[in-house]
Amino acid sequence: MEKMILVDYKKCTGCRLCETVCSVTNASTCNPARARIKIMRWEWDQGVQVPTLCQQCDDAACVGVCPVKALSRDSGLGVVKLNPSRCIGCKLCLQTCPFGAISYDFVKKELIKCQFCDGDPACVKFCETKALQFVDVSDASIKKKRSLGEQILMAIGRAEEAL
Amino acid sequence: MPLKSKIAIIDLSNNKITIEPIPEKLRRLYLGGRGIGAHLIYNHVEPGTDPLGPGNALVISAGFLTGTMAPAAARTHIGGKSPVTNGFASSNMGGFFGAELKFAGFEHIVVKGASSKPVYLWIHDGEVEIKDASHLWGKDTFETPQIIREDLGDEEIKVACIGLAGENLVRLANFRTGVKNTAGRTGTGCIAGSKKLKAIAVRGHQDLKLAHPKEALQYAKEAIDQIMSTKVAKAMGVDGTSYIWNVTNTSGLLEFYNGQVNKLKDWQKLTIEAFHEKYSAGMVGCFNCTVHCSHTFRIKEGPWAGTFSGGPEYNTQTALGSFGADNWEPLLIGWHLANKYGIDTTGWSNDVRGVMELYQRGIIDKKVTGGLDLSWSNANQLIPILLELTAKKEGIGAILGLGSLGVIKELSKYSKDVEYYILHVKGLGKLGNVDRAQPSFALGIATSTRGADHLRSRPALDHFHLPEDVLKKLYGGYVSSDFRSYDGKARMVRWHELTYAVVDCLGTCKFQTVFFSPNLPAYKEWCKYLLYNTGLEFTEEELFNIGERVYTLERMFNYREAGFTRKDDRVPERCIKEPLKYGLPAIRGAHIDREKFNKMLDEYYELHGWDKEGLPLPETLKRLELDKEPSFLIRKGA
Repeated sequence: MEKMILVDYKKCTGCRLCETVCSVTNASTCNPARARIKIMRWEWDQGVQVPTLCQQCDDAACVGVCPVKALSRDSGLGVVKLNPSRCIGCKLCLQTCPFGAISYDFVKKELIKCQFCDGDPACVKFCETKALQFVDVSDASIKKKRSLGEQILMAIGRAEEAL
Repeated sequence: MPLKSKIAIIDLSNNKITIEPIPEKLRRLYLGGRGIGAHLIYNHVEPGTDPLGPGNALVISAGFLTGTMAPAAARTHIGGKSPVTNGFASSNMGGFFGAELKFAGFEHIVVKGASSKPVYLWIHDGEVEIKDASHLWGKDTFETPQIIREDLGDEEIKVACIGLAGENLVRLANFRTGVKNTAGRTGTGCIAGSKKLKAIAVRGHQDLKLAHPKEALQYAKEAIDQIMSTKVAKAMGVDGTSYIWNVTNTSGLLEFYNGQVNKLKDWQKLTIEAFHEKYSAGMVGCFNCTVHCSHTFRIKEGPWAGTFSGGPEYNTQTALGSFGADNWEPLLIGWHLANKYGIDTTGWSNDVRGVMELYQRGIIDKKVTGGLDLSWSNANQLIPILLELTAKKEGIGAILGLGSLGVIKELSKYSKDVEYYILHVKGLGKLGNVDRAQPSFALGIATSTRGADHLRSRPALDHFHLPEDVLKKLYGGYVSSDFRSYDGKARMVRWHELTYAVVDCLGTCKFQTVFFSPNLPAYKEWCKYLLYNTGLEFTEEELFNIGERVYTLERMFNYREAGFTRKDDRVPERCIKEPLKYGLPAIRGAHIDREKFNKMLDEYYELHGWDKEGLPLPETLKRLELDKEPSFLIRKGA
């Protein structure tokens, strides 16, 4: 089954532990600058933090633009995979990705992106508030549906009370 | 590697920048953070210097583990010679500044000398630059970071800075970062202001290489699970430190109106539940913290509508809530302003409470207050007015920002009783909780190396009625589980002092240690954090000894600079002379017994290996290898 990392930015506290564990898992070092996930924070006037990472697009711009076919979509987990042995480091994928989800690891001199840690994403494992969840794509929207359902229930309840 | 982080020494008098490695020998002696910071302060502050003179040094220290996989290793320590106490300046903050400093390649920043024009430091990937800050002078602590980010074109830059109070050399000014995190105490912002240092901006892309990354990651998960399984972690995630306010107030453990009353009658409007209902804008976490105890708030209506800021937490709720404000709004506005101006809410509130009591007793009148009616019933209006006056050093505000000793000096001409009503230890105002019901707390604020403060020891575990064998195991000797008892409390206080010194060296958050629960990480866990992240092996005993070394060194600095001895290890007279009037039966009538307190102090000195005056004995210095510090540190004839 294809998977996805579902992001609920309202639950994110901006602690950036996901960045740290990502860099330790994938680069064996503490360095958020080399992480595949990045929290964007607006601390001053809104207090909003938004986790950003690869959306694993079905029809990915990065796959299309890669001149050496180093990027491809894996139908197992539903990951856009980067083959470092093919990659020539042209960074066209980095430029093209509409989500800014591809970064350049300036230490290893290679392009990096989220690949679900081979099916067990460290960021999700460490996210205490469950702002990040690793789910089957088929179930991804069920919680949103439930939440909408609850809102409708409440609205009906209020309407009935008013009657 | 965490081991490769460096020390940058910046002399603003001649723009000289020196970068030094941290030798392993220094790590073994002082670990990092507050410990190596104390060592640097010792060696870089000129003996006998004016705290506002170029001879003082402002030392910013990320913890040894800050930025690593150790849970909530986010802390930064800031110190120097305090313009508030003349002794050891020392304060700690969370946020993201410390970790970024580590990623930029540094653990400690020593700022010496003084610049003739406003400057800020730009520290990035192993480099330090001194930059012009003329355009930042006059900007508050919310504006400053945003302007720097815009100037340098990088939104990820982390900034620690001073506000108007620091620029104006208000003694109680602080140094702070982000929307919420503040190294609030002992006047660190005033030291920065005296050097015309507006801010430190950091950005790093460097690896903090871990010695054993797999084990560090795996153990972090284990430790986080341990932390999150405690009740306190869950409560903190919802209510922050304010989760204890309701119970301390109803028990009679909070001081209002300068300690004249120990329980607020109309308290429902000031509970954290009341805050949630109207103002909460969600909780945020510091770097790598799963507990996320920091509130944010938004004011939606009235003249302050649109205000978004950080807070509340227990300490400031207690401090600003002690003047008799009858709802959250003046507290939140006070918070916001104190943060923007950069003022220590704890010390400031303490001194304002004292001055308001002088007004209540007719010792000072409107001629002294510049026409302001300082009655308790005006608290709602007074909080923002007095904060602004303090930051601008105008009217009565010029006195309110001086610190307790300055206030006493300025106002004693009106009555010899002024000293009695300004509650402080070593010149630092105390927080608004009751110390006189609990001998351990009283001893803790009396002996704290930075003056009255709970975060130096907070020996609160005797509140939980834990079995005495549990306490004995923890403290290595008998400690009474009755919080009113003096028995064994010297041992307890000393243990907490040394333990929290270790925590501040590591740079993890105290709230994820035995501070709050015996089930939270302590020495055993810290040894593992250190081994997996840094590769250095320490035994529990070695860590404890480092805590002792750091605490003793701070004590020696206090003697060297301020002459602090036994006479200064005291509690405010009010704690001795005035029994508590309200609260639970166990608390009503409580006060500190002078004789028992002195006996407890004797025991405390003996455990530390200090003499009757509270000065380290030669054999203690030798045991701690402090006799190898420069000779002027050691007491003449000792």
